[in-house]
Amino acid sequence: MRILVIMSVGFALLGLLERGPRHGYDLKRSYDDQFGHGRALHYGQVYSTLARLLKNGLVEVQSEPGDGPERKRYAITDAGITDVERWLNQPEKPDVYLQSTLFTKVVLALLTGRNAADLLDTQRSEHLKQMRELTTRKLHGDLADQLICDHALFHLEADLRWLELTAARLDQLSERVRSDAG
Amino acid sequence: MIEPSPDTPLLTAENVTKRFGATPALDGASLRVHAGEVLALMGPSGSGKSTLLHCLAGIVTPDSGRVTYTGTDLATMSDARRSALRRTDFGFVFQFGQLVPELTCLENVVLPLRLGGVRPREANRRAATLLERLEVAEVASKRPGEASGGQAQRVAVARALITRPRVIFADEPTGALDSLNGERVMQLFITAARESGAAVVLVTHDVRVASYSDREAVVRDGRVRAPEYIA
Repeated sequence: MRILVIMSVGFALLGLLERGPRHGYDLKRSYDDQFGHGRALHYGQVYSTLARLLKNGLVEVQSEPGDGPERKRYAITDAGITDVERWLNQPEKPDVYLQSTLFTKVVLALLTGRNAADLLDTQRSEHLKQMRELTTRKLHGDLADQLICDHALFHLEADLRWLELTAARLDQLSERVRSDAG
Repeated sequence: MIEPSPDTPLLTAENVTKRFGATPALDGASLRVHAGEVLALMGPSGSGKSTLLHCLAGIVTPDSGRVTYTGTDLATMSDARRSALRRTDFGFVFQFGQLVPELTCLENVVLPLRLGGVRPREANRRAATLLERLEVAEVASKRPGEASGGQAQRVAVARALITRPRVIFADEPTGALDSLNGERVMQLFITAARESGAAVVLVTHDVRVASYSDREAVVRDGRVRAPEYIA
C-alpha cells in the first residue's frame, strides 16, 4: 500500500550518518528500518544519493583496505551537519494542490451542467477507501506505522471536510459560477 | 427466527418516509444492511441519518415504506415482539453512554442479560470477560460517574455486545470523546463487533470514525444518495 511519506532521502541518510560513520549497506538497512515502512530503498538510490552528498561536501569517505563499495565507510562532514540542522528547522510548505484540482473539477462540472454533487460523492468514496486502508494498517502496525498513517489520515480528513463544506455550498457556488460565466 | 440466506440482506429500509410535524426527516430512504458488515451512515446535520437509524432499529415507525429484519416487516410485529427483538438481536451505543448511574459498570453490562433471564453467575462471568476484552476491567465495580468518558463509552459498548446481537446500532459513539479516546473506543468496538460477527450500523459525521466501516451510505435531504449505496 502506498503511504504518503514526503521525505528527502538525502537528508534522512545524512541524519543517520550523524550517529556515526556507516557502510552503504548498513545505511540502507537503517533507512529501511526507520523510514521504509514496507518500501525498501534501492541500492542504486542509496549510492547515487551518497555520491551527490559526497560531491557537495556533505559526506566524506573513510576508505578501508580492499575493493568495492562495501569497503567504503561514509561519514558526515560539518557542512553536512549544518545542512541537516537547517532542514530540520525549516518548516515544510503546506500542500494545497489537491484542493485546487478538486475545486477546478467542481467548477468545471457546474459550468458544463454536469452533476457536481455526484463528483463530490465519488471523491468522498475514494478518500474513504484510502482512509480505510490506512486505518486497517494502523490497527495492525507498530507505533511508527500508526503515526505515519495518522499523518496521512489527518490530511485526508482535511480534504473530506472541504468536500463536505463544498457539497453544502454547491447551490451558492453554482449561482456564482454561472453569473461569472455570463 | 428465520435465517437469511447469504444473499438476503439482514436488514432493509425500503422507500421509508417520516415526518416530525411539518418537518420531513426521511423522504424515501432505501438501504440494505448485510450480516456482519460495518456500515457508516454519513451526511450533514439534519439530513435524516439518525432518524433512518431509529427506523431500522424499530424505535421509530415510518409513515410509509417498510423496514424488514430477516425478511419480516417490523410493522407487522407486535410491540412485545419488537421490544424483545431490540433486547435480543439488537445492541445500541449512543453518543453519551446512557448507562444507569446508580448501578456499577458491571451491573450495567449485565442488565440486558438479566432482563433476558440469564442467571446472575453466568451473566456476571460474560460481562467481566467483555469488560476485560474492552480494557475496562478496572471500572467493573465503579459507578459510571467515577469512570472517564472513554471508559464509560467502552462499558456502553460492552453492554451493547453482551447479548451477542446480530446488529449493533451506534449513533455518534465517539461524539463526546477527544480524538485519542475516540480512536481507542472505535478500535476496540469494531474489533469486538467483527469477532462476534455482528453487523454495525454506525451514524457519524466524523470521517475518521467512518474509516472503520466496510462501506458508507450518504444520507442527504432524507434520502440515501447514489443507487450503489443501496446494494
